[in-house]
Amino acid sequence: MADNLTEWLFAALQTLLFIGGAPLLSGWIKRLKCHLQNRAAPSLLQPYRDLAKLFGKDVVLAQDASWIFRAAPYVVFGAIMLAASVVPLVAIPLPTAAIADVIVLVGFFALARFFQALAGMDIGTAFGGMGASREMTVASLAEPAMLMAVFTLTMTASTTNISVAIRHILDAGLVLRPSFLFALLSLAMVAVAETGRIPIDNPATHLELTMLHEATVLEYGARHLALIDWAGMIKLMIYAVLISNIFLPWGIARHLTFPAIALGIVAIIAKLALLAVLLALWETVLAKMRLFRVPQFLGFAFLLSLLGILTHVILETAV
Amino acid sequence: MSPLLLAYAAVAAALLSGVVALAADRFPAALRRGSFTLLGICGLAAVAGGGEALLTGQRSTAQLPFGLPWLNWHLRLDPLSGFFMAIIGIAVVAISFYGPGYVREFERTVHAHGTAPADVEPHTHPRQSLAALGLFTGIFVAGMLAVLLADDAFVFMIAWEVMSVSSYLLVAYQHHNPANRHAAFLYLLLAHVGALVILLAFGVLAGFGGGFTFDAMRAAHLTPVWASIAFALALFGFGMKAGMVPLHVWLPEAHPVAPSHISALMSGVMIKVAIYGLIRFTFDLLGQIQWSWGLATLAIGTATALLGVLYALTQNDFKRLLAYSSVENVGIILMGLGLSMIFVATGHPALAVVALLAALYHSLNHAVFKTLLFLGAGAVLYRTHERDLDRMGGLIRRMPATALFMLIGCLSIAALPPFNGFVSEWLTLQAALQVPVLASGVLRSIIPIAAALLALTTALAAATFVKVYGVAFLGQARTRHVAHAREVGLGMRAAMALLALLCVVLGVVPTLVIRLIEPITQDLLRLRPAAATVRGWLWLTPVSPHVASYSAPLVVAAMAFTFLAGYLLLHRRGRSARRSQPWDCGFGGLSARMQYTSTAFAQPIRKVFAPVWQIDERVEKVQTSPTRFVSMRHHLHVGDWSWSAAYQPIGHLVLAAARRVGRIQTGSIRVYLAYSFFTLLLLLWLIT
Repeated sequence: MADNLTEWLFAALQTLLFIGGAPLLSGWIKRLKCHLQNRAAPSLLQPYRDLAKLFGKDVVLAQDASWIFRAAPYVVFGAIMLAASVVPLVAIPLPTAAIADVIVLVGFFALARFFQALAGMDIGTAFGGMGASREMTVASLAEPAMLMAVFTLTMTASTTNISVAIRHILDAGLVLRPSFLFALLSLAMVAVAETGRIPIDNPATHLELTMLHEATVLEYGARHLALIDWAGMIKLMIYAVLISNIFLPWGIARHLTFPAIALGIVAIIAKLALLAVLLALWETVLAKMRLFRVPQFLGFAFLLSLLGILTHVILETAV
Repeated sequence: MSPLLLAYAAVAAALLSGVVALAADRFPAALRRGSFTLLGICGLAAVAGGGEALLTGQRSTAQLPFGLPWLNWHLRLDPLSGFFMAIIGIAVVAISFYGPGYVREFERTVHAHGTAPADVEPHTHPRQSLAALGLFTGIFVAGMLAVLLADDAFVFMIAWEVMSVSSYLLVAYQHHNPANRHAAFLYLLLAHVGALVILLAFGVLAGFGGGFTFDAMRAAHLTPVWASIAFALALFGFGMKAGMVPLHVWLPEAHPVAPSHISALMSGVMIKVAIYGLIRFTFDLLGQIQWSWGLATLAIGTATALLGVLYALTQNDFKRLLAYSSVENVGIILMGLGLSMIFVATGHPALAVVALLAALYHSLNHAVFKTLLFLGAGAVLYRTHERDLDRMGGLIRRMPATALFMLIGCLSIAALPPFNGFVSEWLTLQAALQVPVLASGVLRSIIPIAAALLALTTALAAATFVKVYGVAFLGQARTRHVAHAREVGLGMRAAMALLALLCVVLGVVPTLVIRLIEPITQDLLRLRPAAATVRGWLWLTPVSPHVASYSAPLVVAAMAFTFLAGYLLLHRRGRSARRSQPWDCGFGGLSARMQYTSTAFAQPIRKVFAPVWQIDERVEKVQTSPTRFVSMRHHLHVGDWSWSAAYQPIGHLVLAAARRVGRIQTGSIRVYLAYSFFTLLLLLWLIT
């Protein structure tokens, strides 16, 4: 029982680490992008300062906003936080992973998105509706691709529990699976779309006609905006951790011992830092796409993940 | 009381409620007080009888001395029929709360004799018989219950026809509207084609079994080819009633035009009776399931789900959208059934149990949330006389309670955790993910594709219901009626509250529901889902605990904790938030017309999946100079391919054939006498 309790405590700690570390990752990506684009870079801690500033402000609500508009940031943040609590960050033993498997994880994202889109439509402006419509369009194409990509993994490990699956991959050792390559590509493309990065959406823009995600949060301010922004950062980190821990699980702690955890922390920081460099490079060399090119991008991701699953079924299962 | 006795009581109460309603044209209170109370009793008895059959897991049978001289009525209540009877009961109880308020609409029109404004739809006709509404509702409910009780093909077909014809009369209730008459005719026609095919399917079984009782059919030994023929006929016949693509075209026409509480019964419950028929026929009567049947069901189910949701997404009529979404959900149920058949036929009964559970669970869930959504749409229609989403808006402020219940309904149908729709779709996906155990490479490649399309369907359903809720309930009111809508009465709210509560309960404690469903799988597949609840009520583990687990109660607890923490930490007490104008790009004067409409919301997805629909989009401009528009008109019609590709050609063919045959009709009595004479000669020659 004591062992069990440690695991639950560690799961809570890990979630806090997720929430606390997410702005750091965003700050690091922003810094890298500035360096790549020859701009003066803000401090690594800038996202924390922005959040603190927003939390300190008074709320101003739009005239027609209903309770949905006020509740949505809490739902969004809560759902994303729950998603974070089921993804193994530094150690595999994660009792919370049994509460919600990978399909529920996608469900949490969908719940957050549902409320975000509703909040966009709540104020009754054209932008809110536009953002909601576009966000749901992109999501309805990205979500199946994401599920298919993780199904490739779960069929290999014959479980949808993320932490059990990662342990399975780690135990299998270094095996080159063609299906994983497809799944990795697909998941990366979905992650770019779902976290609103270039070339799908531009996190830095407020240019009215090109906004996707920003359009739904246009009317938010103060603590509401802080919660939504923070949830966005956590979501980015979840995708980054999923990609790095599923496809490169090495370094993650198998047991809750001090050296293993220390190694796990170092490993995940290294992996995320590297992934951030790739993302910053990607965002620097690419331009934003037209909205109606996005379905092709996501359709490609969907096909890749389907190929991944078929490769797995045809090539990798011995019957 | 024994379950069968409760079931009799339910049927009797339903019929009696119809009889009581006969007085309603003179005394409207007879319908409101008498008829709906009796329906409530009927619903409670159905829930109790069905629940008892489920809890005890017993089969009770009876023979009633009615019917044909050589074939008495065989009745039977087992866990499977008990489960569906409980589903009907839940919906009927909700209706009995909802109805008394809702039918005031039709009452007013009886007494007001057309003094109401003529532009408002339900008022256009001065006389609508309340007696007819109550009578046919009672017969309809009794018919559905009797289908479940039938234990021979004869009773089954009679009950089936009673259900079809009485629902036809309800669809045609507001027959002053030509579109309703057209929809009702289409429904009657296709319902009879379907019934005919079901009769043929029973005929095949009866031919081999030597009797019309289900017991004789169970004992029949069919050759594989004949079994496949019987299954195909049953899938066609029951699929027609359930709204399987491409046989679905009548459903979005007929379901929305009935009074809303009847739409709720038809869409939420009647199509479940068809699902019941398919399960009874395939799993119970046919036995010896072949994997190709499962594959066909899975493929058709996938197509039904995807096309259903895509058509739903582009609808602007609230109730029509909900009807198309029923098509989608039938597709998901069929996917579960198809997977179950595949697993049974390939010798994996434990997985077949999971898939069957998913299908049954989704039947229950869909009945609850679709009834809720139709009742909510009815509440909006009742107060605003609007069915067009593009004319609503901002109802969350005018009708706060309805809006809250509808939000729960939308979250449930969009399959979001921790609501009930999510659990059944999760179970379906889990069943689909177990394909590596199958030996056939074809199946192992096709099932993942079906799972992918199910994921796509779910995501599109979320988009659809964001649209519904966002356009109808959020934003600003787009018309005057909507701006002055009032909340509906207590009874109507209570009905929606009951169903909304069920949506939450069914989503949060899935393990208890699965314990209830267990006797059905024991009956049909000789196996209980042992693994599903192995870790107690907190954990749902369909296959085994380390393969997949989901704990809805803990998810809810964690969410509640987060919200509470967020509220305590962040909410400033004693300070109300300042209100201000939203950003209007500096032009000023945002109006309700500038909001995104339902049409606009669906536009990106309409563009992505364009080949799915028959889109007729035109922009008519009146210009005085290249830069100056006098007026502009955007015309958009989104049509259903199956209508023009399948139904119209068949319709033309039938008409052309009728015209050919019609040539022998000359109108001259001498020619007709000659026909009779030659026919007589022919017959004499044949029999001698």
